[in-house]
Amino acid sequence: MLKYFLLNILLIFVWVALTGQLNYPNFVFGAVAGFFILWLLTKNSNKSEKEYFYRVPKIILFILYFLYDMLHANFQVAIDVITPNYHTTPGMIKYDIDAKTDFEITMLTNIIALTPGTMVVEIAEDKTHIYIHTMYLKDKEKFISRMKERTEKKLLEILR
Amino acid sequence: MIDILIMVLSTLGAIFILIASIGVFRLPDFYTRLSVTIKAATLGIGCILGAAAIHFSEFSITTKAIAIVFFLFITSPVAAFLIARTAYHTGIKLWDKTVIDELKDKYKEEAEKNKDSDKK
Repeated sequence: MLKYFLLNILLIFVWVALTGQLNYPNFVFGAVAGFFILWLLTKNSNKSEKEYFYRVPKIILFILYFLYDMLHANFQVAIDVITPNYHTTPGMIKYDIDAKTDFEITMLTNIIALTPGTMVVEIAEDKTHIYIHTMYLKDKEKFISRMKERTEKKLLEILR
Repeated sequence: MIDILIMVLSTLGAIFILIASIGVFRLPDFYTRLSVTIKAATLGIGCILGAAAIHFSEFSITTKAIAIVFFLFITSPVAAFLIARTAYHTGIKLWDKTVIDELKDKYKEEAEKNKDSDKK
């Protein structure tokens, strides 16, 4: 996993040095080319070797999903702020987390906090659950399962 | 084409920040205000910095814009979390129409436990 990541970075620098153009499109092209070369080289090796090539597309997809969610929620909040009536139904919810290590919990809370309307208020001492303050609470079970499916599962898939 | 992209990004950023400042004025309680301000402002600054990076399209400026957005996305949720937690502990009340407050139960239990241990 880490080996292939470092190899990919090495290939980017080799590509940039060979072409001699220090700009972003060239870096991106070097990354794509290096990724493709490494993918071809490890095509016949076993599955644990190929983990890197499954993980990178997943990370990119997750970032796109996250940006979409963030924009969507931002528009929802924006409409609520501009229009005269309040549609908010705020609530403080206990949410059981599957994330175990400090790093996973930090990433999860950061992502929850960055989607508008939701905010982490408290983390339990034994790290089994967190308390989320949300602005749009219609159905508690639905909110929890949505959070689990859309955010936490995908995040843990990437980090583990 | 690039001009249009710059216009759209900078306008969106300005609108998000404007909405955040209206939200501070209009929303009912401290927690909803906090959750609107920090996120909308983060996204707005991100959009404006993106527009600046595209406008100058220089290596050094793009790098700086990416670094600023990265650190902003890491630090501002932590600030929001700490402010909200401190507010809850100092006893700032939730809005009357708040649906549920499960955090309250936790502190009730803890307070009772502390009382028991004090008696012992």
